[in-house]
Amino acid sequence: MKVFVEERIGLKHGAGGRAMRSLIQQVLADGFSAPAVDGIALSAMDDGAALRVGNEWLVITTDSHVIHPLFFPGGDIGRLAVAGTVNDLAMMGATEVLGLTNAMIIEEGFPRADLVRIQRSMQETCREAGTTVVTGDTKVMGNGELDGVVLNTTGIGLTKRVVPDNGLRPGDRILVTGTMGDHGLAIMASRHGLELDGDLFSDVAPLNGLIRIALYAGGDGVVAMKDPTRGGLASALHEMAEKSGVGIVLEELKVPTSPVVRAAGELLGIDPLHIANEGKAILGVRPDAATRVLAALRGHPLGLRAEIVGSCIDDHQGSVILDTGVGKRLLSEPEGEPLPRIC
Amino acid sequence: MAPPQLDAAGNSSLPTGAAELKFRDPSKARALSVALDRVTRQIGRSPVSVMHVCGSHEQAIAKFGLRSTFPRDLNVIMGPGCPVCITDAPEVDEAVVLAGQGTHVATYGDMVRVRGTVKSLGDMQAEGANVHVVYSVSQAAELARKMTEELVFFASGFETTAVATAAVVLNDPPDNFSVLSAHKYIPPVMEIVAEMPETKVEGFLAAGHAATITGWGIFEPFVERHGIPVVVAGFEPLDILSGLVKLVELIRDGEKRVVNMFPRCVTRAGNLAAQEQLWKVFRPTGGRWRGIAHVPNGNLRLRDEWAHVDSRKRFRIDVSTLWDYAPPALVQDCICGDIMAGISSPAQCRLFGRDCVPETPVGACMVSNEGTCKIWYQYGGHPDLRGVAAS
Repeated sequence: MKVFVEERIGLKHGAGGRAMRSLIQQVLADGFSAPAVDGIALSAMDDGAALRVGNEWLVITTDSHVIHPLFFPGGDIGRLAVAGTVNDLAMMGATEVLGLTNAMIIEEGFPRADLVRIQRSMQETCREAGTTVVTGDTKVMGNGELDGVVLNTTGIGLTKRVVPDNGLRPGDRILVTGTMGDHGLAIMASRHGLELDGDLFSDVAPLNGLIRIALYAGGDGVVAMKDPTRGGLASALHEMAEKSGVGIVLEELKVPTSPVVRAAGELLGIDPLHIANEGKAILGVRPDAATRVLAALRGHPLGLRAEIVGSCIDDHQGSVILDTGVGKRLLSEPEGEPLPRIC
Repeated sequence: MAPPQLDAAGNSSLPTGAAELKFRDPSKARALSVALDRVTRQIGRSPVSVMHVCGSHEQAIAKFGLRSTFPRDLNVIMGPGCPVCITDAPEVDEAVVLAGQGTHVATYGDMVRVRGTVKSLGDMQAEGANVHVVYSVSQAAELARKMTEELVFFASGFETTAVATAAVVLNDPPDNFSVLSAHKYIPPVMEIVAEMPETKVEGFLAAGHAATITGWGIFEPFVERHGIPVVVAGFEPLDILSGLVKLVELIRDGEKRVVNMFPRCVTRAGNLAAQEQLWKVFRPTGGRWRGIAHVPNGNLRLRDEWAHVDSRKRFRIDVSTLWDYAPPALVQDCICGDIMAGISSPAQCRLFGRDCVPETPVGACMVSNEGTCKIWYQYGGHPDLRGVAAS
């Protein structure tokens, strides 16, 4: 790979791939010491931090949302801001969300009716996730100084066991909780006015309820979790394979995708495995727990199309091998999401 | 023209799963892989080298991971099958000079990024020239209709694409429209590659979509001259695998003939109406293919009757103005030519994946979606995955 540091930040630095990870490493993680208490901090580059409090873990995560358009088929920025943060907590094992913060930066001239609509959507999504917004902040910037509204949410949750994203070992199974590529392609379609958008909906949803039953069914057998957001399943699996030091074999024909996503993907020349999701999770599960966890996932409305899609091997460490059904190749990691501002 | 149910990469454009299953069936693919292995071993020497001459074949082989199923003793080489890659630097220079003179130049997306001796059309665009990306020659003609200035269509592609250019030339294009042809003709280059001592090609897999136009009969004189079998194959995984099995069988049996393994689209005579249009507008002439050699009859140029639509006749194009510049240093290390001739692979290039990546390509093979280097890069290089089994 080409390694050089650009003078200025490009859109790819926000796109979920290698460039973004190196930016986080450089401008966020570098120079901050490990926390005084036992825990997982920025250096782990996981979905959030975990700090030991007594015999439990306090999990904390923060996320800013800049999506365009603000309202899209299947959701809006408010739903995304709640679900995104709840999901990052859930991916660490913290399915009980104590509360969220909500900071809104609003552009001068923004319609009040849209703000109310976003607020209502956040309320509804909080209800689904069994949590609430406990503190917040608003700022207004001048016309043209930002595009509409930017939301930042921080979430905190408690858990007895932290599930990292690097716990895979050879033999473990890889599960996904549903169809891949829906969110990114729905945004792309609504942004470019593709005729397909009647059938393409974002999957944005809070996953803590689904993950709760998966952890209940799988117990310690659930060893790694990650949500395949920017960069899609390909990026997330690469990160898990690299951090865990295993190879992952992904069986393409088992990966659930909706027919309209497949058709739109072929039309646009975009692989659904490279596309963002906002209501799906990847679970790494010990082999003896895999069918149990799969059954539990399928019993939940958000996990009806869950599948076991792959497994871990001890060679080709750090690589993701795609079994296409008729052959095998490496699944390349995209530089990032093929289009900016999707979450 | 290309059969309606397949796109350039050989993918089905049908949204239903039916077409996918028919030509991507895993159990049939496994059976064909076993057969390919068996027939290759029956030949009893290593390696057996065959060549395909089509970027779409390489795309499908890479996308579906077919190389992981090929026997170790079978060497499937990608030949000069990317029209963008083999467009020679002086041809790009002509378009660059025209754009520099203030003429509007329209071309396909990949052609904008391919460098000539010094510059690409993209460089000219950055300097303020009027360069337009179009998806078809008819779109370029439409564009010309909407303007008063001269518009040059920089035409690249093999005979399949040249037919589309011919159709527009024959269909009364606007007066300000002309064609700068960099079209190439595949059959003659097969002769060149067949005679290269380093390549040792024992059989050719010919491109199904080109053969829909030329017909498979066009390969018969070639087979007679060189004693090398040719199999015409489609672009779905099962098409490619069954084509290879047939080709290796012909090599094993010493049979020197053409076999059409894409009968659902290709006939012996081909599309006669398209051929008539093609040869009415174009004549074959010798010329250099980038990285390969001088290919007799390898270039398609407009016939004299069409001088009024021929940019080369319409404008004085003086490319010597570009010759004062030295090519950039990295270009000296580029081995695109050897890769297209099937002598080297991207893995042997010291630029591949380091100094030469799709965002900042050095050689043409990293620019085009049909270039070997771009395909290898996009689909994760070329590791040996034959032993990988999911637990």
